[in-house]
Amino acid sequence: MSEQRITLTVNGENIEFEAPARKLLSDALREDCGLTGTHVGCEHGVCGACTVLVDGRPQRSCLCFAVQMEGHEIETIESVGTPQRLSVLQQALHECHGLQCGFCTPGIVMTFEPFLQEHPEPSEAQVREALSGNLCRCTGYQSIVDAILLAARRLREGAAS
Amino acid sequence: MKPAAFDYHRPASVDEALGLLARLGVDAKLLAGGQSLVPMMNMRLASPAHLVDLNDLSELAQLRVSGDRLEVGALARHRTLAESPLVAEHCPLLAQAARTIGHGAIRERGTLGGSLAHADPAAQHTLAAVTLGARLTLAHQGGRRVVDAEDFLRSAMTTALEADEIVLSVSYPRLAAGEVSAYRMFNQRHGDYAIVAVAATLLLRQGRVESLRLGVGGVAPVPQRLDAATQPFLGRAASVDWVAEVARAARDAVTPEDQPRVPALLRKELTETLVARALARCLERSGVSA
Repeated sequence: MSEQRITLTVNGENIEFEAPARKLLSDALREDCGLTGTHVGCEHGVCGACTVLVDGRPQRSCLCFAVQMEGHEIETIESVGTPQRLSVLQQALHECHGLQCGFCTPGIVMTFEPFLQEHPEPSEAQVREALSGNLCRCTGYQSIVDAILLAARRLREGAAS
Repeated sequence: MKPAAFDYHRPASVDEALGLLARLGVDAKLLAGGQSLVPMMNMRLASPAHLVDLNDLSELAQLRVSGDRLEVGALARHRTLAESPLVAEHCPLLAQAARTIGHGAIRERGTLGGSLAHADPAAQHTLAAVTLGARLTLAHQGGRRVVDAEDFLRSAMTTALEADEIVLSVSYPRLAAGEVSAYRMFNQRHGDYAIVAVAATLLLRQGRVESLRLGVGGVAPVPQRLDAATQPFLGRAASVDWVAEVARAARDAVTPEDQPRVPALLRKELTETLVARALARCLERSGVSA
């Protein structure tokens, strides 16, 4: 199977590698870009663990090919916060026990970072609707919903002050 | 779960894409949003030798009003349809249906043309297209043709699209003044395909039913318009009783298959319930309390 040169723009950096056209974006991020924060769960678009931003919008990295993403901006969980300085959403997930094993968390963060920009004052129903695309088998979701609503409140207070 | 190898093509124009299809024939598959095709490739249910990626063809993603119809490019994403003010004004059923597709991340990428070409019997777009009487414009190298949605959808996952054709756009009739619509579905998990879905448009004049379009998905290999069943209910005063009678007639009109996990009776009962809910919503939107 013929490999081709692929250049991706990930978290603002150009990364070049050789891969066949059939390489999924999720696998290219993990194996060729060394960015293993993007998790691979179901590989058919249901679980949401592999969610990344493509041109600022959350998409499933298991449902597109790396070669398709040339010319687009990819953002992964590695671009959000640092271990010393978590994002507002990451800090809220930490405080509300919004994760246990953490496998689904990167996808949830990448889904809700843009969601909170677009919905500064989300209702619980809106949060639950958006969260329906991310499966979590630890928390029962309640603590994740709490964390997202807390993050929304802090972001509003931060914007106001 | 990794897809089989394929040759990747990324045409920069519709003409280039049509040329590729003419040359590659049945060995090629069009890749639009990929939200059905890529899962099928990951599961090796599909393994095309060539993929022709349409995502650079932004001219296929335009929406415009043309006379009494709304023309939607085949590459329009579900999210665009769910949120576009133009769709909300001229064809709200399309937005009502599109916002229930899958999950947010799926709606970001999935496309109208892709959904229609995939032709799932319970999909939102196939139902909206049949209910509204949509027309698809298909192109091949050197020509175009226009096909009604009900002729385009031949059977489950089977359409009239030839191997060398691309869906360019889909046109929907604009709502008449005062006309309203509603979409209702039932599924067991949020984001799944419907077990049964119902789409309706309703126009009242002085409280009487001037026109009614009622479509049901999930009860047959392709969505059904229940024109014969609803005909006796035209011209009547719209009321709670009217809604219940139409819902009962719809239940009697559909003949779903018995399946081990979904008995035919369940689909008939869902049809009645969802028709009642969709029509109650239409009455509410028409300012009639029901």
